[in-house]
Amino acid sequence: MTALTAKVAEPAPPPPPGDGAPKRRGVELTLLAGAVLISVLGHLHVGLVTTGHVPGPAARYATGLCVAALLAHLAVRLRAPYADPLLLPIAVLLNGLGLVLIQRLDVTTPGHLTAGDQLLWSALGVVLFVLVVALLGDHRVLQRYAYLSVAVALVLMLIPVFFPAVNGAHIWIRFAGLSFQPGEFAKILLAVFFAAYLAANRTALALTGRRLFWKLRLLPGRVLGPILAIWLLSVGVLVLERDLGTSLLFFGLFVIMLFTATGRIGWIAIGLLLAALGAYAVGTFEPHVHGRVEDWLHPFASIERGEGPGQLAQSLFAFGAGGLLGAGLGHGQSFLIGFAAKSDFILATAGEELGLVGLAAILLLYGLLVARGFRAGLALRDPFGRLLATGLASIVALQVFVIAGGVSGLIPLTGMAMPFLAQGGSSVVTNWIIVALLVRLSDSARRPRPAKEPAE
Amino acid sequence: MIRYIRWCAYFCALLLVALLVNIARVQVWESAAYGANPANKRPAIERYAEPRGDILVDGRPVTGSRDSGQLLRYERTYANGPLYAPVTGFSSQTYGASFVERAEDAILSGTDPGLSAFPLWYELARGRPAGGNAATTVRSGMQLAAYAGLAGKRGAVAAVEPATGKILALVSSPSYDPAVLSGTGTGVKKAWTALNADPARPMLNRALRETYPPGSTFKIVTAAAALDAGVVTDVDAPTRTPDPYPLPGTSTLLPNAGTGCEDASMAEAVQWSCNTVMAKIGVQVGLRGMVEAARRFGFNSEGLRVPSWVSRSNFDTDMSQDQLALSSIGQFNTTATPLQMAMVAAAVANGGELTYPYLVERTTQDDGSQVRRGDQRSLGRAMNPATALRLQELMVKVVEDGTGRNAAIPGAVVGGKTGTAQHGVGNAGTPYAWFISWARAEGAPMAKVAVAVVVEDASADRGDISGNGAAAPIARAVMQAALAAR
Repeated sequence: MTALTAKVAEPAPPPPPGDGAPKRRGVELTLLAGAVLISVLGHLHVGLVTTGHVPGPAARYATGLCVAALLAHLAVRLRAPYADPLLLPIAVLLNGLGLVLIQRLDVTTPGHLTAGDQLLWSALGVVLFVLVVALLGDHRVLQRYAYLSVAVALVLMLIPVFFPAVNGAHIWIRFAGLSFQPGEFAKILLAVFFAAYLAANRTALALTGRRLFWKLRLLPGRVLGPILAIWLLSVGVLVLERDLGTSLLFFGLFVIMLFTATGRIGWIAIGLLLAALGAYAVGTFEPHVHGRVEDWLHPFASIERGEGPGQLAQSLFAFGAGGLLGAGLGHGQSFLIGFAAKSDFILATAGEELGLVGLAAILLLYGLLVARGFRAGLALRDPFGRLLATGLASIVALQVFVIAGGVSGLIPLTGMAMPFLAQGGSSVVTNWIIVALLVRLSDSARRPRPAKEPAE
Repeated sequence: MIRYIRWCAYFCALLLVALLVNIARVQVWESAAYGANPANKRPAIERYAEPRGDILVDGRPVTGSRDSGQLLRYERTYANGPLYAPVTGFSSQTYGASFVERAEDAILSGTDPGLSAFPLWYELARGRPAGGNAATTVRSGMQLAAYAGLAGKRGAVAAVEPATGKILALVSSPSYDPAVLSGTGTGVKKAWTALNADPARPMLNRALRETYPPGSTFKIVTAAAALDAGVVTDVDAPTRTPDPYPLPGTSTLLPNAGTGCEDASMAEAVQWSCNTVMAKIGVQVGLRGMVEAARRFGFNSEGLRVPSWVSRSNFDTDMSQDQLALSSIGQFNTTATPLQMAMVAAAVANGGELTYPYLVERTTQDDGSQVRRGDQRSLGRAMNPATALRLQELMVKVVEDGTGRNAAIPGAVVGGKTGTAQHGVGNAGTPYAWFISWARAEGAPMAKVAVAVVVEDASADRGDISGNGAAAPIARAVMQAALAAR
């Protein structure tokens, strides 16, 4: 890629922020205080409603949350002072709300308490956040490890194949009593690889290749080949493991990043066409997926057959019971959903107990997080950073859409974790790393450019 | 690249809008439909999440709530269940509710808007007020006397306060314990099956829902019709009735159980329960007059609620003369609930005015503050006041020196009428023993109580004597309990 072609392909970058660009660290601290306060109040409320007294570890919980938020804030303040002040508070608030919901659901499953584990994983997530923000001085360093990333990602995705299946999917590894989903990490590594590879080759991808007709051109196999191979490999592995949610996510990520890098609308069209074909084929021939599609089309069919409501029907009942304002935290009956109420279906509890108002607020928080990620991508000056920010923001957006749309009956259900909200260690940790990377990227984006050295 | 990142952002925004529109559809548009889906357990869970309010007799609860620890949490308990079952009914997680449990369900389960001072606020705050209580008009002493009097025999007792319409006792026998139907599980299902299969039909509320031929007790209605219509102006005048009496238009002869009915006056006919005389008088009043009189007493009315619904008591509106004759002595197609016959006695005792019977005195909030009062209202005038006075005298005669002497209470004025109702094909069934009566303390201006008793399996001693033998003592015990109360 030469400087000349880059200039031609690229519109003028936005005007750089001037010297003394506002850092907004005070804003971040205030928002963090609000996020912590909401979470602690939610924690107290759940305890009071479900047991009638203040939960025992309330003080420790509040202190822990404050310490975690402060540590993260300090890391940002010291190491990424120009970072977007919304990212960290949104992450803390979503994670805090998730803990409150899981604590609330624990009441209905006394034999299977998970809030404690989730708290530990969240703490680990914050530690990793601090480490990433502190140790990763410049995101461009990651570009160098593109091939290492993809190698590690493929290994991570392959490992669970050798472990026994859990609930029909080979995506977990169990170790020392903890179950872990390595595929969760793979999506960050894959995004890093896609960003690095596409940034390096995007000119070739955008401008070369044989012209077929009109504007459609066949991309050169030499450039497209490796990335297509890696994508196919990863999706193949996931199909093998029957983790359809994640393969859907990888597919979306691939198409979005390829489009962002090349600007070829044709890629979207081909992607959608392939996705539609694939979805139709899988939905028709794979019995598990076929069942999900049937369930989505007729969520109440099992009731009419006299078998009682299925999981999706229970989820819809939960959403419906919430109505506009919700039953109130601790007053819902979403335990009726049964299996996976705390993980895949956690949004149903939010819908039932917080209502449309609360649920919309949560979805808007995700929207804001994603928007801030795109914002960082727009303001960054290097193609790798831009692609990485876009990729990370898209991962969050796609995850939210796939799982939220699934449990609320918009699209067929696909098992996936709601970022920060759902119970699941690997998911929480991964999402903290994503936020850490976005903080790092936004810091670079908003940092004032070094003033031109005056000629001496 | 900037442009494409923007497009990606727009695409994500589109996904977000799709999600928001969809959850708004689910949570607002479809919410009511999902809530009404019978497979949705939420309404039931919510319904039984709090202890149910109580049903009170004499101000004391005869019901209770027990925390079962199940999904449908609070189950009903009953103190002295069989005694009060015809009043309370049952409240079951599996089979719903009956009688007062059902009629006052909104109060007892806490969903009645009257339970909260600011209904709209509760709607917003999502909180539900505690279940309220329903205080019944039933007097435990009278209920117990009636229940003990029936002593497990098939039958029923209904007692009302003539001036107000308060139902003071409501007993059906044999009874059952509604507690066995509370809750869920196989035990409840078994109990339900067994109760429904029991030939004695213990769950049947005979006082409100079973209709019997009223037999001779219906002669009070016929007498009232005759006096009001002017067919009989002098109750002591001979009626020139043959014994036996040939039913008009047929060769069938209607006999009497006792002797001395030939050419008897209406007073004697009531006192000694002469079928011949009363059948003839009914024919003289005519179909329209008899139907009208029966209607004024409450027959042929579908809508009686106390607040549980009461079966319709019947007096045919289209009959030949011989059928009318039989109907006028409470046979043929004439049927009545025990409550209906208690209303007949009450109308006589109350100077001809028929009051609407009711069972729930008042409903209250959890803390005892009133939500609603049982309304005392009139069902209209069943007969002229003069007719009522005349009939009171005739009924007193029945008890003092007639077929109903077993109902006499020293120190009280008691009026009564016996009845023995033939039934079954060719009158083969064991006759039903009836007794309707009222009582007032000597010197008191108003009757305190009116009672109707029916005993299904009275001893096969055919004749009016069975009403006196089997039913009158029960009525007396109930009236004594009523008079003993202050």
